Amino acid sequence: MSVVATSSSLSSRPVVPVVDILRFNTCGSVDDGKSTLIGRLLYDSKSLMEDQIEALERSADITGGGQINLANLTDGLRAEREQGITIDVAYRYFATPKRKFIIADTPGHVQYTRNMVTGASTANLSIVLVDARAGVIEQSRRHTAIASLLRIPHLVVAINKMDLVDWSEARFNEIRAQFEEFLPRLDIKDVKFIPLSALNGDNVVEPSKHTPWYAGPTLLAHLETVHIASDHNLSGFRLPVQWVNRPNNPTDARLHDFRGFSGQIAGGIVKVGQKVMTLPGGLTTTVKRIHTHDGDREEAFCPQSVTLLLEHDIDVSRGNMIIGLEDLPGASTDLQAKVCWMHPRVLQPGKKLWLKHTTHSVQAVVTEITHRINVTTLEQEPAPAGLALNDIGEIRLRTSRPLVFDGYATNRLTGSFILIEPGAHATVAAGMLHAPREVVRPEDGDFVI
Amino acid sequence: MTNYHLDHLDLLETEAIHIMREVAGEFERPVLLFSGGKDSICLLRLAEKAFRPSDIPMPFLNVETGHEFPELIEFRDRRAKQLGAKLIVRTVDQALASGAATQAPGEVSRNKLQIPVLLGAIEEFRFDCAIGGARRDEEKARAKERFFSFRDSFGQWDPKNQRPEIWNLYNGRLNAGENMRVFPLSNWTEMDVWEYIKREKLEVPSIYFSHTRECFRRGGQWLPVPPAHTDATKPDPYAGARPKPTEQRKTMVCRVRTIADMISTGMVESPASSFDDIIAEVAAARVTERGSRADDKASEAAMEDRKKAGYF
Repeated sequence: MSVVATSSSLSSRPVVPVVDILRFNTCGSVDDGKSTLIGRLLYDSKSLMEDQIEALERSADITGGGQINLANLTDGLRAEREQGITIDVAYRYFATPKRKFIIADTPGHVQYTRNMVTGASTANLSIVLVDARAGVIEQSRRHTAIASLLRIPHLVVAINKMDLVDWSEARFNEIRAQFEEFLPRLDIKDVKFIPLSALNGDNVVEPSKHTPWYAGPTLLAHLETVHIASDHNLSGFRLPVQWVNRPNNPTDARLHDFRGFSGQIAGGIVKVGQKVMTLPGGLTTTVKRIHTHDGDREEAFCPQSVTLLLEHDIDVSRGNMIIGLEDLPGASTDLQAKVCWMHPRVLQPGKKLWLKHTTHSVQAVVTEITHRINVTTLEQEPAPAGLALNDIGEIRLRTSRPLVFDGYATNRLTGSFILIEPGAHATVAAGMLHAPREVVRPEDGDFVI
Repeated sequence: MTNYHLDHLDLLETEAIHIMREVAGEFERPVLLFSGGKDSICLLRLAEKAFRPSDIPMPFLNVETGHEFPELIEFRDRRAKQLGAKLIVRTVDQALASGAATQAPGEVSRNKLQIPVLLGAIEEFRFDCAIGGARRDEEKARAKERFFSFRDSFGQWDPKNQRPEIWNLYNGRLNAGENMRVFPLSNWTEMDVWEYIKREKLEVPSIYFSHTRECFRRGGQWLPVPPAHTDATKPDPYAGARPKPTEQRKTMVCRVRTIADMISTGMVESPASSFDDIIAEVAAARVTERGSRADDKASEAAMEDRKKAGYF
């Protein structure tokens, strides 16, 4: 068996410096300067190409009376350009020598919550834009609250249009104080306030000469340096099995007994020789090999994609989970979760849906809508009429088969699910599970769930 | 001493492998669109990483316009054979002959004619999912694309009504006749593709590297002069795509940055003869990759319109 240590395969990489990827989302309405800010980031970091600038100028000549509209960069669909709106999440890419960036750019109207949840679900960082003249408005609170519900680790409050308040430090501090009033109620670890003017480029890429009172980084400098290495969960090994790797009629005799369980590690670290448990079933065995196409490994970690070979011949298939024996997950058919409802038809108790969690799809019924969450105040409100489009609420669900899960606060990948309606198969909700009330118990050798 | 850190290529790779395996897990009859171009070359390596030592659990499909660079066809066939995969080829010529596709009067490009051929192949083989190498950074209609992109029973994309895609949970559920297009390279940029090809030491068709070729100037681009028309019993397949006497001709040291077919691929003057040269060129480029694609210049919404009709 050939063994390639992780460290040696890393060091054999080409000499380009190791760069990682920061995913961030921006969300805002038509007038708050969001598109201008993205345009400015791309333009000043030299991420726009000549033909893109030409295309902007061309459409400016035809439809814009000669004025370049940076929003045309992000609004990719004809209907968006015609109506001057952004319909859906658009993704933008740019890079600096320090990092690669993926921007999820989401519109701030009508489908606000649905789009924001979609764009933010994979983000490391969220940028809240505040118009310095208007200060903290309801939308700023909604945005921040959703970032908190989704547990985005980093938040940037970009106080924009500072040129229109004469670069007033007092105004900046006032808005910051408004924010800090409600931040303690939220679950955000890291918040940064930056005074800027997206239109003129102050403190976006280049430091502003108008803010001698501001000692912090520019927006781009912050994006380049914010620490994201610890955003993945490295405790509690979880491998949701995606696919059973079993060669058909292999010509190589050594492959006759190859039976591997392929998946992307959703939490923790796994090592050869380690004891693991397969769920459901609860049988314990040992990791024999960690196979990858680049050779076997001694260990692997979240979010690597691997194929595990186990010591015993255990019945494991897609939708099952292989876990470590420490930091155990829960396993239950009775679940409590926060959901963001994304469909025009109101959700009411009794509704039967498909639930997809990791690689596992089961039938589920909503047994109770406990309450609705006021996204502006984060207070609980009764929801006698059910959950409407863009509502976030607390529900209870019963599933046809048990889910093996963690609380969303512990693990975003094993604590999240989507709901799918059984007719047209639309994705109708995003769900975040509460921590399990009890965990699976490895000491029960004959544990069956 | 292990450092639990993944670089950007590792992160993009594990995301794409996850998507490949979701396709294998959720669909009954998936197919992988393989043209021999740089993006689909990456897809094949990702498929190997996702499924080896098993066979790649899906055939490959290519739709030929009939105007392909011969180097590309040779490479495509050889690579599919090396991987032990079944390669299905369907052509615009067949579709024109059977009446499944009709050329618009005066139109030279066969780009749009690929749509009925692709949809025909999906129907013929009852594919429920087609994996493609499209990337969101290529074009702004593609920037709105999902990893799992739902197509109705007419093959149409409805960008206003897409399934929200949250975390890494992809909804692959379909009713009869519907299908899914899946794009594992959604988050890759042109630079990522070349860095990955270099890191994985992947072979690419020779036309990506600098060579000497006779070209002519049309629509602000240098288009390759098509091969001579030798069989006088058949109509010239390149009618309309040959240089007119008034068009400037030039023998250039050039390469392709992106490959469509010969009549819609602009050649770029370039001395790049290695992956490092290409990476340096991409890093210094001042126009986007699709700036050399005649098919995208038709209008601001050219890509959007083709995608709505079923283009990949």
